[in-house]
Amino acid sequence: MDRRSFLQMIGATAAGVAGSLTAPGVSHARSKAESGEFYGILVDTTRCIGCRNCEVACAEVNGLPLPDISDKSLFASERQTTETQWTVVNRYETEKGKIYVPKRCMHCNQAACVAACLVKAMKKRKAGHVTWDTNCLGCRLCMVSCPFDIPKFEYNSALPEIQKCTLCWERFQEDKIPGCVEACPTEALIFGTRRQLLEEARRRIYQNPGVYNSHIYGEQEAGGTSHLYLSSVPFDQLGFRTDIGNTAYSEYSKGFLYAVPFVFVLWPVIMLGMSRAIKGEEKEISEGQA
Amino acid sequence: MEAKAETKDIRNFKDFLQFILKELKPKGDRILTPFNVISAPVILLGIVLIIYRLIHGLGRPVTNLSQDFPWGIWIGFDVMVGVAFAGGAYVVTFIVYILKVEKYHTIVRATVLNGLLAYIFYAGAILLDCGRWWNITNPIIGNKFGVNAVLFLVAWHFLLYMLAELIEFSPAIAEWLGLRRARKILGTLTLGAVIFGITLSTLHQSGLGALMMMAKWKIHPLWYTEFIPILFFVSSIFAGLSMVIFEGTISHRVFSHQLDEEHSRSHDDILVGLGKICAVTMFAYFFLKVLILIHDRHWSQLDTPMGYWYLAEVVGLVLIPCFMFIQGSRHRDIFLIRAAAVLTMLGIIINRLNYVFIAYKWYIPLNERYIPTWIEIVVTLCIIFTEIWVFRWIVNRMPVFRKPPEWAAEGMEQ
Repeated sequence: MDRRSFLQMIGATAAGVAGSLTAPGVSHARSKAESGEFYGILVDTTRCIGCRNCEVACAEVNGLPLPDISDKSLFASERQTTETQWTVVNRYETEKGKIYVPKRCMHCNQAACVAACLVKAMKKRKAGHVTWDTNCLGCRLCMVSCPFDIPKFEYNSALPEIQKCTLCWERFQEDKIPGCVEACPTEALIFGTRRQLLEEARRRIYQNPGVYNSHIYGEQEAGGTSHLYLSSVPFDQLGFRTDIGNTAYSEYSKGFLYAVPFVFVLWPVIMLGMSRAIKGEEKEISEGQA
Repeated sequence: MEAKAETKDIRNFKDFLQFILKELKPKGDRILTPFNVISAPVILLGIVLIIYRLIHGLGRPVTNLSQDFPWGIWIGFDVMVGVAFAGGAYVVTFIVYILKVEKYHTIVRATVLNGLLAYIFYAGAILLDCGRWWNITNPIIGNKFGVNAVLFLVAWHFLLYMLAELIEFSPAIAEWLGLRRARKILGTLTLGAVIFGITLSTLHQSGLGALMMMAKWKIHPLWYTEFIPILFFVSSIFAGLSMVIFEGTISHRVFSHQLDEEHSRSHDDILVGLGKICAVTMFAYFFLKVLILIHDRHWSQLDTPMGYWYLAEVVGLVLIPCFMFIQGSRHRDIFLIRAAAVLTMLGIIINRLNYVFIAYKWYIPLNERYIPTWIEIVVTLCIIFTEIWVFRWIVNRMPVFRKPPEWAAEGMEQ
């Protein structure tokens, strides 16, 4: 074994130990894909024209009911994704006029829904896709936990499922890009690795001074997401929550999970000790009285 | 009652079957009591509605749950409140078996039985609320364990704690069946089960709070804090004891004929003692609440509608009953202690519901908010009444309030 491979081995061991010690709920999501990195979508809202072709493509690809895109009155109110519509385009009145924003699952790097799931039905795939599986109990803690309110439950079904955007996980395995990205006529949506997308987003910000807000939504939010947004106005004008914070949501339950082994080891020992001590004391008292 | 212990000695399986069949028949002289008349139709209706829920799913008209409010009273009340109220079992077993305070020994069995049934029925209500209930065993025997999830821990703890409580209660079952040797063996397991049970309770009482940790911005800042798990644990102590006071008050009326004189006499002493423990833990809880409020600097929020609601909970349903407990135990005012217990329980209900759907997404306007349907309420009542029926059935057959048979007396202390 030469020195180099020895060092590599040490490094790998250290990484393995560190990995097993890292926060619960984090390690599996933090690990990078074997292929390298998380994939994602960059949404440039300055290019979106509100044609809603992405909504149609999403429905076609995933076998959902087709939306009627000729109905412009829908833009009057802000829509949320539903169990049959995994992507929706909203229109916002901003300081720079009307801006259209497509909304779907953010595919967080360390997703709250994945950390919440007790049977790993919600899963962060190695290439970044957050997907749902049928071993789910339907407890809906993923819905309670998701900072973007994305997982949707089929309440009106006796055999309900959780429905949400999968970043076209099945198409990804066939080496196809997501349906919405393919359908976008203005390249407002582009698909790539998260690193490529961030580079592209920064390039656009630098090369077009005055056009973009320098903030890339999703770069830091909730610990980083695979879905990234560029905008010409501050994001609070586009219906984005700006108080989400940069901490990965799985970190919030970490404190509790860290306390578990301590309680599990210390409580029985303390109580057994107390019980024995008091028993001994009782004996002494009764002997003293005798 | 005492006659039974002498007549029965089960020698073989046939005896056992005959005994069980005999015991299955209703006991007690009157069947048409007011409680039976009210509860029986509710239970029957509840069963029909549960079947309807299984066929129809969770959507309207069964529940008013929505994409914005995934959890309603089946989780918020049945599970969150039910488990907090069941906390009395771990507190009382701690006092009796670890601290060896004999005064409380007479209430151990009723409290443990109540806790056990609460877990079976109220934690069992999860089954109704789970959309894909047929997968309920996946966390236990599945092949994909979400070992890093808080809910995974809570699920396992529920199951293990039910086992621990069953072991704690099993001597009473053995005495009922007249199994002398089993009674002896099961008695030796009690201390271990108690220690295990208290450890599990600490973790899953706080774990229920930890479930809400990731709903960070969805819960009003006056309620959201990183200390939710600790608040849930501390409040489960006085929630459970208030339930013990409440349950004891009712049981002592209903099952008074089963109690010997000594038991009845000591009951006031026990209530005063429990009142003191409640007062101390509630004050600690209130103090924690104040510390968190100061630390998080959300006092400007107090002068808003949600702030008044928060004050109503923390002052009206924690601090005031806390003082009532202090006064009641100082002057041996049993009525005041009971009233305080009821107020405290109300406070716990409000507190847990706040986390699940009242202070949860407080910013959503009233007409889009979750309000339980009549079906959700009837099913909840059905579960409560069924639990009381089972409780009564067991109390009428096993030595819960009445003295254990004489042959078991020597083994009682462990």
